[in-house]
Amino acid sequence: MFQRIKLEPSRFALHFAVLIIVALWTFPTAGILISSLRDKNQIAVSGWWTALSTSEQRDQARLKGKADQVEKDGTFTISGNLFDGAENKAVISAWGTNVNKPGDNAAGATVDTGDGVMLSVNADGAYAMSSPKAFEDERGRRVFYVSSVPPRFTTENYETVLFSEGIGRSFVNSLTVTIPATIIPILIAAFAAYALAWMKLPGRGFIIAVIVGLLVVPLQMSLIPLLKLYNSTGFLSKTYLGIWLAHTGFGLPFAIYLLRSYIAGLPKDLIESAQVDGANDFKIFRRIILPLSFPALASFAIFQFLWVWNDLLVAMVFLGSEADKKVLTFQLNSLLGSRGGNWEILTASAFITIIVPLAVFFSLQRYFVRGLLAGSVKGG
Amino acid sequence: MADIKLTKLNKSYGSVHILKDVDLDIKSGEFIVFVGPSGCGKSTLLRSICGLESITSGTLEIDKAVVNEVPPSKRGIAMVFQSYALYPHMSVFENVGFALENQGLPRAEIKARVEKVAEMLQLTPYLTRLPKALSGGQRQRVAIGRAIVRGAKVFLFDEPLSNLDAALRVQTRMEIARLKRSMPNTTMVYVTHDQVEAMTLADRIVVLQAGKIEQVGAPMDLYKKPANTFVAGFIGSPKMNLINGAYAARLKAHTVGVRPEHFGISAAKGKDKTTIAGKIEYSEVLGSDSFLYVATDHGTVTVREVGSTGFTNGRTVYITPQPENTHRFGEDGKRLG
Repeated sequence: MFQRIKLEPSRFALHFAVLIIVALWTFPTAGILISSLRDKNQIAVSGWWTALSTSEQRDQARLKGKADQVEKDGTFTISGNLFDGAENKAVISAWGTNVNKPGDNAAGATVDTGDGVMLSVNADGAYAMSSPKAFEDERGRRVFYVSSVPPRFTTENYETVLFSEGIGRSFVNSLTVTIPATIIPILIAAFAAYALAWMKLPGRGFIIAVIVGLLVVPLQMSLIPLLKLYNSTGFLSKTYLGIWLAHTGFGLPFAIYLLRSYIAGLPKDLIESAQVDGANDFKIFRRIILPLSFPALASFAIFQFLWVWNDLLVAMVFLGSEADKKVLTFQLNSLLGSRGGNWEILTASAFITIIVPLAVFFSLQRYFVRGLLAGSVKGG
Repeated sequence: MADIKLTKLNKSYGSVHILKDVDLDIKSGEFIVFVGPSGCGKSTLLRSICGLESITSGTLEIDKAVVNEVPPSKRGIAMVFQSYALYPHMSVFENVGFALENQGLPRAEIKARVEKVAEMLQLTPYLTRLPKALSGGQRQRVAIGRAIVRGAKVFLFDEPLSNLDAALRVQTRMEIARLKRSMPNTTMVYVTHDQVEAMTLADRIVVLQAGKIEQVGAPMDLYKKPANTFVAGFIGSPKMNLINGAYAARLKAHTVGVRPEHFGISAAKGKDKTTIAGKIEYSEVLGSDSFLYVATDHGTVTVREVGSTGFTNGRTVYITPQPENTHRFGEDGKRLG
């Protein structure tokens, strides 16, 4: 049986919106990825969308000087290759000796450049310049050419940023900050959420109200008091332990709020049944609540992981700028200043920065969607 | 041995008084059914016995020990929930064995006991399945298995059949009756709003209304001698006809109750003083019996006839109650004589 697909306007609008969001997200990401894999000279002259086509490039090269001239039968000749020492072998389509007219002569042509000096440049860059008189110039003359460069993809940008721009070190630092700063609040919040959802304790409603209130307190408000506190203790300032605790504190209200509403929505019968079965609170938490709350735990883990991974402010305030403590966002920010024009460095660094969030999101996204729907759909 | 004794048991939520001075003696091995309209407190009473609800005042004794403050797991009870409350992430085996695991029994013994129960309930092929892969009836059996495996002295059932479809309900009802016969020393307390379940399963029925016990008795006692107009109207289907006013006064009562099946019906006016004349408003013919709704001077009276009826709608008929099955109630609703 075939079901006829209905083209309702609302459905169409929804699909259209999804398409736009996907495009908005995918194009820049693809652009960064492709750029980061291109040759740095090609990035400078053409956009990533031309990466697969041969690009036309204008460049110049200097011929060898008088030291290299060879005399034969009264003719002085300097010969060589324009691309000697260059990484890229391009194919020259046209060349010239005037900066304004780089495309004057076709490749392979021999041209009189004046005073009886004959110059020929081949497509592969080999040139020969001959003259009846000896060349006098120390430095060789300049030749301007139009070349077509075949596309070239390389991982050397990644090697550069990982090993000589400090991104590798920062990557490890970021993981060192993020993983504990995600796990610690989940552990605390899950216990708190169970207690606030199912255990009879005095002042429970008040505690929940305070937590909801804390949700709207801006983080910036607590930076200075917290920093003062850290500095007075000494052992917390500019340490990983300090930033784990800071992120834990900032993440806890939302974590408890999210997990509590999920856990409170679990069927009451299950918990009562476990009580009748003789399980104590800890056992109920471990055997019933935790496995059933996995979607909510996963969705909070994604939130917290992304937030900590992308955080710059808290890291700058609580971790500082020493090399062994610089997180990725911090390092990226420094690179923007020092290597602002080097797109190959920036794109490769940016892509390394988004790899981990992407991996986390895709591995947990099915729980993420379920977790967000939790409570709105029965049995979600 | 598991006698349950409730003495002046009260339960309130703040200012809302749910259970009012409930006194009840349940003997070991009895099958007791709580019935009543929704909101009458029958589930609360069951949950108080279970320990899931605290008792506001009064005492609850199991085996002559006061257990008001004893947690559910220490009361020697097992409960089958309306929703079954199976742990969705655990296999049938783990579901049944969870209570034993909590008692800290060795793994081999848990396995042996779970398998024994599974065999008894024909669940052996499903032990590794998750609850979501079971049918409604199978889930019900797992829930019962969880209760059996613990060897509890008291089984509590909270409307266990209400999630099943009609055919399965009849079958499961018989299975529960069989289960009770196979465990003669186990006390069972069962909550339902379905009077067929109550009548068929119970040794004694407890009829509750607004947090009070209206009557406790064997099903046939309740049917034959309802203690008051509430029980009279609640037990039996269709409802007993309750007639007030001049007709009742003639029989020296405030209210007279006659069940639909206890009327004689004829086309000719008899000489009996209790005969009522009326017109058939509407009739329901079900094959095995027919229900006639007769409009009389004393209100609409329901009359049951065996088989199909010879009377058509609109006919004038004369109905006469059987004197031995005529219930008389006083002004306070209590039974007279």
